[in-house]
Amino acid sequence: MIGASLGAAAYERASEISAILAVANPVGDRRLARLSSRPDVVLALSGIGISFGGVKALSDVDLEVEVGEIRAVIGPNGAGKSSLINIISGLYHADRGRIAIGGQSFSRVPASRLARLGVARTFQNLALFGGLSVRNNIACGRVHTRRASFVEHIAGLPRARSEDAGIAEKTDQIVAFLHLESVADRLVATLPYGLQKRVELARALVAEPKLLLLDEPMAGMTATEKAEMAGFVRAARDRHGVTIILIEHDIGVVMGLSDRVAVLDYGRKIADGTPAEVRADPAVIRAYIGTAEGENGEDI
Amino acid sequence: MAVQALDAARLPVDWAKLVQKLALATALFVVAYGVVPAYASGYLVEAILLPFLALSLAAVGLNLLTGYCGQLSLGSSAFMAVGAFGAYNFNLRVEGLPLAVTMILAGISAAGFGVVFGLPSLRLRGFYLAVSTLAAQFFVQWALTKFGWFSNDNPSGVISAPHLAVAGLSLDSATGRYLLSVTTVMVLTALVWRLVNSATGRNFIAVRDNETAARVIGVPVLRTKLLAFAISSFIIGIAGVLWAFTYLRTVEPAGFNLDRSFQILFIIIIGGLASIRGAFWVRRSSLSSRSFCPGSAHSCSAACSIRAFST
Amino acid sequence: MSYYDFLFVIEVLVGGLLSGVMYSLVAIGFVLIYKTSGVLNFAQGSMVLFAALTFVSLVERGIPFALSLLITFAVMVALGFTIERTVLRPLVNRSPMTLFMATLGLSYIIEGAAQLIWGTQVHGLDLGIDDTPFEVGGILISSFDLLAAAIAAAMVAGLSAFFYWTRIGLAFRAVADDQFAALAVGLRLPRIWGTVWTAAGFVALVAGLLWGARLGVRFSLSLIVLKALPVLVLGGFDSILGAIVGGLIIGASEKLAEVYLGPFVGGGIEGWFAYALALVVLLVRPSGLFGQKTVERV
Ligand SMILES: Nc1ncnc2c1ncn2[C@@H]1O[C@H](COP(=O)(O)OP(=O)(O)OP(=O)(O)O)[C@@H](O)[C@H]1O
Ligand SMILES: [Mg+2]
Repeated sequence: MIGASLGAAAYERASEISAILAVANPVGDRRLARLSSRPDVVLALSGIGISFGGVKALSDVDLEVEVGEIRAVIGPNGAGKSSLINIISGLYHADRGRIAIGGQSFSRVPASRLARLGVARTFQNLALFGGLSVRNNIACGRVHTRRASFVEHIAGLPRARSEDAGIAEKTDQIVAFLHLESVADRLVATLPYGLQKRVELARALVAEPKLLLLDEPMAGMTATEKAEMAGFVRAARDRHGVTIILIEHDIGVVMGLSDRVAVLDYGRKIADGTPAEVRADPAVIRAYIGTAEGENGEDI
Repeated sequence: MAVQALDAARLPVDWAKLVQKLALATALFVVAYGVVPAYASGYLVEAILLPFLALSLAAVGLNLLTGYCGQLSLGSSAFMAVGAFGAYNFNLRVEGLPLAVTMILAGISAAGFGVVFGLPSLRLRGFYLAVSTLAAQFFVQWALTKFGWFSNDNPSGVISAPHLAVAGLSLDSATGRYLLSVTTVMVLTALVWRLVNSATGRNFIAVRDNETAARVIGVPVLRTKLLAFAISSFIIGIAGVLWAFTYLRTVEPAGFNLDRSFQILFIIIIGGLASIRGAFWVRRSSLSSRSFCPGSAHSCSAACSIRAFST
Repeated sequence: MSYYDFLFVIEVLVGGLLSGVMYSLVAIGFVLIYKTSGVLNFAQGSMVLFAALTFVSLVERGIPFALSLLITFAVMVALGFTIERTVLRPLVNRSPMTLFMATLGLSYIIEGAAQLIWGTQVHGLDLGIDDTPFEVGGILISSFDLLAAAIAAAMVAGLSAFFYWTRIGLAFRAVADDQFAALAVGLRLPRIWGTVWTAAGFVALVAGLLWGARLGVRFSLSLIVLKALPVLVLGGFDSILGAIVGGLIIGASEKLAEVYLGPFVGGGIEGWFAYALALVVLLVRPSGLFGQKTVERV
């Protein structure tokens, strides 16, 4: 017992030191520079760490995401998956490490410029605009392309009108793509949960992002809804070529959908590889044994 | 071109609805410009319609900020005061300024104040912001009482409103003031209507419903909030001009106190946040309720507001 | 600066600190309720007024001091309890803004009721405290203010003891910490809210007596809520310590500003100075001096 805790303490210490080194050490930065200049790497994280109070939500996480892949991030509850996505989208600021998005490197991603950087996301807990219709929620996803001022809108000047028309057209396309026609004019707050999740995906897709971050898009859905959603995610990649980071607990969905899988546990990346490699990885198996979700077989 | 043609084909025009809307608008015009000026008694106009119109307009303005954009403000009457004193001073100090220009300039002054006192909204949320808007309330009232310049060094601090005229036509009679008021309110309300149904209005709602999501998808959150403060204060400022010029006929800081701010807030709560029509319904019902419980109209509207929440 | 100037500064400062305690007194009532239920109870000012008015009316009707105090306490408990039951419980799970506006409406109702029951005249309230100032080391201190501060301090100590050492106090802190977790371990939230509103009623009583004795019992008494708001903003809505320190800071700087800044701008700045000060602090620390800084979870 004592030995184990001493060992853990030593490990902590060592990782702290290496984290400090990672900050001071230009090697990490150079690696990032090399990666971010590679055209096939959409996103590169290096040495990401963040803590809340005493909780280390993430420590020293590296991740590279290549163009056109569906990259799953899995891990038990509290492993730091959402934190990772929040750091990429600029909602959390990492204590350590750098993030490179499409060749631009940041220590803090500016959330307000995220859409223009070509990144869109959905949220683990629904984050729709309850007071707007489905169509208007989706149309908001293209707000970053608007230039017309409020005066032009009130007066109905040509630029405002042509922007509206262009966005309406794109919205219609996404509505059709995700089969939302029958509810398009309903207030989004009145929809069932599964459909709201789909509207959120639509709002992200309409921005035509290069990189799409999905935080548990299928959580709380029935099996049929999940299958349908998985179909949409795959179709989004296949038809629009968007690169996807997918957080998901349902291991069946993950294995079927993703090209590569990264596994987080207690804020560390413990495995990264193809679904088959990850599934066979002893560290992953160990991490999942004993967690509540490990018990019901299908979900991890 | 092709797309628009398609749209038109897919969306059949709802004639019944269109006719209904047209009929409603016509009825409104006939009542506002025909029936009321011809038949309403002086008392009805002076004591009921004029304050009703001014406060309804203020409520429309506050609703834009609080109901649509989700920023709670407790300082509305300060912006009314800025509008009223602004109009008084522009009128006094610029020879021959047309009334419409005076009112627009007054609105712009109020908008400027609104932006300054809206700046904290960039960092503060909820109650912290609400309390900081009280700073506007107390500061403006203090400044207007303290510095005689604003009231042209009038010893009593109570100054009478200037003569009202548009294109040489005097509007000083009760009917004239009513026409000025009702026209201003209708024009501004129509503009607000267009605004809230435009992309800008949807940005307001997005910021209100989920600021984080709004920022991530690229809504310029800071700019949107300041714009809401500016436009809302512009409208409330003009409501202040109407209040002082057409209803009270005097310009004084005392009337623009915290109670007035709360009154406007109650109007929008009872009328329904984010509902423009509500601003008008309630103002009317709270006026009628005043006759039942004199002296405590506030308690009445307060009771109504609580009832409105519970249902 | 001469010695006498220096003494004068100290005197102003001490006077300011003492009146700051009076601000804290009102602010604490807010914090109690905000911490447990997330409601910014604007009606706190009217509760203060209601308590003072009830007490003074009872005393004027010849009821002994102690008995009046007891009855008023009972009335305040009943009032707090009723508000909790009839207004706030039906609105549970509504947005904080909705709750705030409900209490704003409530404040008018309480004032209206007070007006109906007790009439509108101004009452003097004599707590039997001698108000001749006395001198310590060359500076004058109001003995009333000093006593008021002592009472306020005793009350804060009492409340702290209550919340730290009793079972219900423990529950209170658990709820303040995490409402859902508290619910999950089986704490009965409604009972705690009931207790907190009772405590807020008690705080209103103490504040009402002290402020009433100082200013006379009149309707403008409910406006002291406007003095408490900047204190809350400064100290953070959820911190009792913040309410105390915030009150002291605002009390002291307000008095200093009145004496040294007021003359330059024509005086009368006490209406907004506290707000301006709070605003400046907020822009640097958006959740107040003592409010918890949190990263919003997404
Ligand atoms: N804003 C925050 N403030 C404080 N702690 C936080 C915050 N966000 C995350 N945490 C903590 O960081 C850790 C990781 O949380 P995170 O939400 O990233 O986990 P997760 O892997 O997404 O879990 P889940 O599967 O439950 O969604 C948790 O211990 C959590 O409590
Ligand atoms: Mg998560």
